[in-house]
Amino acid sequence: MKMVVQQLADDVRLKEGMNACMNCGICTAVCPAAEYFEYDPRSIVVAVQSGNEEKIQQLLTSDTIWMCGQCMSCKTRCPRSNCPGIIINVLRKVSQATGAFVQSRLGRQQYLIMKTIGANLLRYGYCIHPSAVDIQNHPEQGPVWEWVYSNREEVYERLGANLDREGPGAMRKIATNDLLELAVIFEQSGGTVLWQSIETHSKNKAIELGLVDSQGNPCMDLYTNYLLNEDPEF
Amino acid sequence: MKTLNSDNQQLFDKEIAGDDYYYLRSCIRQNFFPGAEKVFLDILTQKLGRKIIDDEHHTTCSGIGYHTDIVPFDTFQAIIARQFALMKEKGAVNAVVSCITSFGGYHEVLETWKEFPEEKRKAQENLKKATGRDFDVPKNIAHACDIIYKYRHEIARLAPYKLVNTHTGEPLRVVDHVGCHYAKIFPDKAVGGAEKTTVLTAMIEAWGGQPVNYPERRHCCGFGFRHYLVKPNRSYSISNARKKFESMQPYRPDLILTNCPGCNMFLDRWQYALAQIEGKTYSDDKNGIPVLSYEELAGLLLGYDPWHIGLQMHQVDLEPLLKRMGIAYSAEAKYRNAKGIPMTPPKFTGCLE
Repeated sequence: MKMVVQQLADDVRLKEGMNACMNCGICTAVCPAAEYFEYDPRSIVVAVQSGNEEKIQQLLTSDTIWMCGQCMSCKTRCPRSNCPGIIINVLRKVSQATGAFVQSRLGRQQYLIMKTIGANLLRYGYCIHPSAVDIQNHPEQGPVWEWVYSNREEVYERLGANLDREGPGAMRKIATNDLLELAVIFEQSGGTVLWQSIETHSKNKAIELGLVDSQGNPCMDLYTNYLLNEDPEF
Repeated sequence: MKTLNSDNQQLFDKEIAGDDYYYLRSCIRQNFFPGAEKVFLDILTQKLGRKIIDDEHHTTCSGIGYHTDIVPFDTFQAIIARQFALMKEKGAVNAVVSCITSFGGYHEVLETWKEFPEEKRKAQENLKKATGRDFDVPKNIAHACDIIYKYRHEIARLAPYKLVNTHTGEPLRVVDHVGCHYAKIFPDKAVGGAEKTTVLTAMIEAWGGQPVNYPERRHCCGFGFRHYLVKPNRSYSISNARKKFESMQPYRPDLILTNCPGCNMFLDRWQYALAQIEGKTYSDDKNGIPVLSYEELAGLLLGYDPWHIGLQMHQVDLEPLLKRMGIAYSAEAKYRNAKGIPMTPPKFTGCLE
């Protein structure tokens, strides 16, 4: 197994994202996540730049790397053209590849994202689909979305969209061949391997937490429920 | 001495193709504002006489998956390469991107390919093995707002309405919100760069409105990708939106204008959610501050029926703004289906009942 420092360095985005950080902290000053969480992108960049295996291992198992909201405001402000947001992408990649992500509450949520956004991607060919923005899980969407959701065939038709139908247009049904190409691209380019890693490590974590069925197999419905109700540690 | 309201933004122009486009749709815009994409295509082809291909075979760019880290960079590159291959097969060289996340993503991939040609070779190989397709890099990539910006004066000449309060004759006060990935990653790919919101303020000015500055103008809407998409994390998202609303409220805007599909939705929905939580709105009424995207606004000014372009899909009701602008509309036609049959309306519109 490669050292994590090497695994990070293997990703070209690390070369794009890190150019001799001078530790000024402007990234932290402008960062929306730093205002919301106990989060400091400056110290993450410094840790990665140090090449210290132990410090980087700690990051990979921490909630910290999952706090970034990917707005990339840090990229604009950095006087050295570093991009802490993209360094975060590389850390998250290695965290998922090594299984370190299941050691933190926010990291474990990757399972939820894979099962929602990931499933939408290959099922519909879109990251988001109206039928997936259900009222129960999206109360913030309000009564107008509730009306749209409940009457979506009529509403989208009125607006000239092509919901779930063949041919061009908004929210059209992506043809089977096109969906198949997307799936083969996933297989060919490492998407499937990543999802298998998320799935396997999440199942192992479910077993570790005792979230199993009568045969001792991981029960992923229980695990999902656990993730949705897991309290942050203060 | 300049006042806070004065807008002295310098124009930073970039090359924007003038015709023969290939449209790359947005997952979020299609989902929440399908009428906006429809009216954009209609303005381009019917009002401006330009050509644009609406190809049914393109898919998501997977940008939301990429920024939530469930789509590897190699996969992201290969999916984008497939979009380029479809363009090539249609003979198109000018991409027009509806989504801001995609727009940033396309440029991230292209810049990577310039700096690391081996990444491009890998994407070519992955695409070829997976689909048998080949691609060329587009000659020009514009966001759809760039196109409306480019033709803003032509739109103004064609428009029967202006961004003016017809009761007072005063310009409407418009705050803008530019999506983060339009300019923050690659400022040189954006009209106005990362600091200036010129792409929207130039439209506001051309259409008779008054751009209004506010302190948190460049703050994120709060989407935060995983922070909105995972239900227990949404307080991050709403907190950031709240910061923006608190910042713009003292300037009493008539309208929020956006260029990003996600921002358009969040700035609309989070006003409702905050009102339900805190019992307050950021406008002088219970409705909230109306939110429009550039295509929706261009469509309104050009005289499109507000309900044909989907403004009834907004939680903050647009009717007060339509009245202020003197736009003719039928309140009774708002909740009718394609056959003209009345539908049961939403429980309520706006932020507070």
